Amino acid sequence: MKIGVAVFPGSNCDHDCRHIFKDVLGQYVEMIWHKETLLAGLDAIVLPGGFSYGDYLRTGAIARFSPVMGAVKEFAKKGGLVLGICNGFQILLEAGLLPGAMLRNKSLHFICKDVSVKVENAATSFTSAYESGQVVKIPIAHADGNYYTDPVTLASMQANAQIVLRYCTPDGKVTPEANPNGSLDNIAGIINAEGNVLGMMPHPERCAEAVLGNDEGKLIFLSMLEALRGNKKELKMVGT
Amino acid sequence: MKAKIHVTLKQGILDPQGKAIEHALDSLGFKNAGNVRVGKYMEVDVNEADKAKADAAVKAMCEKLLANTIVEEYRYELMA
Repeated sequence: MKIGVAVFPGSNCDHDCRHIFKDVLGQYVEMIWHKETLLAGLDAIVLPGGFSYGDYLRTGAIARFSPVMGAVKEFAKKGGLVLGICNGFQILLEAGLLPGAMLRNKSLHFICKDVSVKVENAATSFTSAYESGQVVKIPIAHADGNYYTDPVTLASMQANAQIVLRYCTPDGKVTPEANPNGSLDNIAGIINAEGNVLGMMPHPERCAEAVLGNDEGKLIFLSMLEALRGNKKELKMVGT
Repeated sequence: MKAKIHVTLKQGILDPQGKAIEHALDSLGFKNAGNVRVGKYMEVDVNEADKAKADAAVKAMCEKLLANTIVEEYRYELMA
């Protein structure tokens, strides 16, 4: 598969994402500078974590107007898989590819630690390798991960199972105490209604190798590859 | 013209910085202080002599970039 990793000025998890897809999973990876406007031949795009444009104004607010984002929108509109991690999630929100907005963490602190996250929907192209309800240990590292949306949008996301990941206790209880940042409904990750754009605050690329002591995040990437193989098969069947 | 723009979180949306400042004011004895909201202040020179055009431009800037209207509200004044 050919995976594109977008690189904005200030991205700092771009090479981690590249490493996982290329060295751990053996895929072809193309780094895409934010000035690019064409995304030809890519199977999926990752918007990595970091501090694009220094988080000036608001997280993701300036990156969303980068030339590459026009191409990412086109790619998403055609059904291409787009994964936004941390700052990538914030960019997807600002770009309107996912609903809602990020607020400063309730504690006002930058939080960098392992948290437990529950896979609420394991029937997506990003989570199919997990069991439904599985609890995953995964690190977060952000100051603005306090997700907010209006009650109508929240209700519709809940009804459509678009809330894919929620902060929980290690034994899987979704409680206010398990919520590290004040995020609405303990939201850690959401997917669009079409099911091809996922944003998540936790960093699966930081826990995708056993040698690092935790590889529970790897299943996000494996799910994507699985979904892409399925898509390819379907496309071929249509062609023949 | 110069635009002076204020962006704050909407009323009803928790402003943790505002709350922290509110508590600090309270513990300093300012018992009359309440509902502190923290925001951003920006000045923009707008190269338009016509006030209506400048106003339309600043409004568009706020809507498109300067404020995220899902969680923030903005107000501005234009000075000659």
